[in-house]
Amino acid sequence: MRRSKWTGLSFLLPGFCGVAVFSLLPFMDVIRRSFVQAVSGRFCGLENYRIVLHNRAFLLAVKNALRFLLVCLPLLLGISLVLAFLLHAWQMAFHQKLRLLKAAYLVPMAIPAASLVLLWKLMFDKHGFVNGILHLCGIHAVDWMNTGAAFFVLVFSYIWKNLGYTMVLWLAGLCSISPDLYEAAEMDGAGRMTQFFKITLPLIRPLIFTIVVLSFLNSFKVFREAYLVAGNYPQEDMYLLQHLFNNWFTDLSVDKMAAGSVLLALVITVFVLLLQKLWETNE
Amino acid sequence: MKKAIVITILVLFGALTAAPLVFLVCGSLMGSGELAEYLAPVLESTKGYARWRLFPLYPTLRNLVELCFDSPEFFQMFWNTMKITVGILAGQLVFGLPSAWGLARYPIPGKRFLYFLYILLMMLPFQVTMLSQYLVLNRLHLMDTTWAVIVPGVFSTFSVFLMYRFFCGIPEELLEAARIDGAGEWKIFWAIGVPLGSSGIFSALVLQFLECFSMMEQPLVFLQTKKLWPLSLYLPEIKEGQTGFALCCSLVALLPALCVFGMGQQYLELGITAAAVKE
Repeated sequence: MRRSKWTGLSFLLPGFCGVAVFSLLPFMDVIRRSFVQAVSGRFCGLENYRIVLHNRAFLLAVKNALRFLLVCLPLLLGISLVLAFLLHAWQMAFHQKLRLLKAAYLVPMAIPAASLVLLWKLMFDKHGFVNGILHLCGIHAVDWMNTGAAFFVLVFSYIWKNLGYTMVLWLAGLCSISPDLYEAAEMDGAGRMTQFFKITLPLIRPLIFTIVVLSFLNSFKVFREAYLVAGNYPQEDMYLLQHLFNNWFTDLSVDKMAAGSVLLALVITVFVLLLQKLWETNE
Repeated sequence: MKKAIVITILVLFGALTAAPLVFLVCGSLMGSGELAEYLAPVLESTKGYARWRLFPLYPTLRNLVELCFDSPEFFQMFWNTMKITVGILAGQLVFGLPSAWGLARYPIPGKRFLYFLYILLMMLPFQVTMLSQYLVLNRLHLMDTTWAVIVPGVFSTFSVFLMYRFFCGIPEELLEAARIDGAGEWKIFWAIGVPLGSSGIFSALVLQFLECFSMMEQPLVFLQTKKLWPLSLYLPEIKEGQTGFALCCSLVALLPALCVFGMGQQYLELGITAAAVKE
């Protein structure tokens, strides 16, 4: 038939050529450069990697990223799961779509980080809203932007931005569970808690990893808020990989950037491989 | 009673996440005098803490008027943002849409590997691809032009991935029937693929619009000329002492995104879940 592999390729190729020219080939070049000295262009083995891995700023950025993930992921997943569960229960009980409520949770996705600069500054200033509220509760004011507390500004921004997104993901999982299961459990006298731990959690478990990976990848975008409120050289606990890469870029440290990119790409490849494996076992 | 608690918690958190929007709306309606009074502790470091009220005491449209009639640079940047966003979306329809169709419906050598490659590229954060993009853009002499932001965006693989997912859900029998009726492959793509995959296409467009509209990393690195900057780089530049004006700018700047969000909420939800659940 006419349906040879060329038909498929004729659809794919225009786009694929663009991807190849703008992503794949240059990335090969980056891999090559990561083994080469920037100035002389001579092969230098793993020297660039050694320099990057001993770079104080790189280690700081990685440490911050890990700390950020360890704090944020459990918080985000926990809060969003509880909210999604409640929302789902409400939907089931009253047969309402709750579009407006969902919109309220999702609206942070539509607010560009830049529109928030001023609000964030007003909130986290020494005399800002957050400290005002803390003061009312009788808690001492915190200098958010210039102490270790800056870290929590990031955590807050991230959770605020991703709460709705993650909730929608959980909701998809919750909606896929048949109501009959709960009914049957209720007949057998299982309480709400038992139902949650014995039915809901096991059934949405495959989703957990997907959400972790997606949240992990979204976490790189928190740089926007950090950059907007604190600029190129923020308080140390807020110093992220993107800051580092931007500063390397300004100094034109191509060798360091290349090695850093390759390292980061490797980590992410592992995550994506795991994710894909998971998708396939779900089919 | 229990229900009341559930509803309270949900509404409370929802109000919290939506609060910044409310803040921007009422802030833009406040006069400079009122703002100065509430925010004096932050802006002038007087004693006490910044305060706020839900509705302005003396609502005014002065900020909006100043924005509309006295700030040409705002509009310059606004159009830059629109140009970038529309350019990227249009490019994705031209290049990404057929790619997704080809990948989803035809036998292609090395398909599994290609699919993996596309997912990987979609997941890589900008930090990783920054240097490689710079190397190409520099060689093509595109640095410091709007194209430097648009072209790599056109070939981002996220929308291909999304549309691919939806195209896979179209039953093969339909295509076979069309083939028996003598339709060519491009005809099938137009007459069956695009209409039936439209929810996937819309999902991709909505998510990409929101993404491009707030894009910051790319213009920050690739554009040096201020005239080319999108709004996301301009807003932080507004000087202090113009609080009301800055809030008004922030609000107007997010209106297009908000419109797209309002019209496309269902597609947004579809698009989010497409990455997590096999249909």
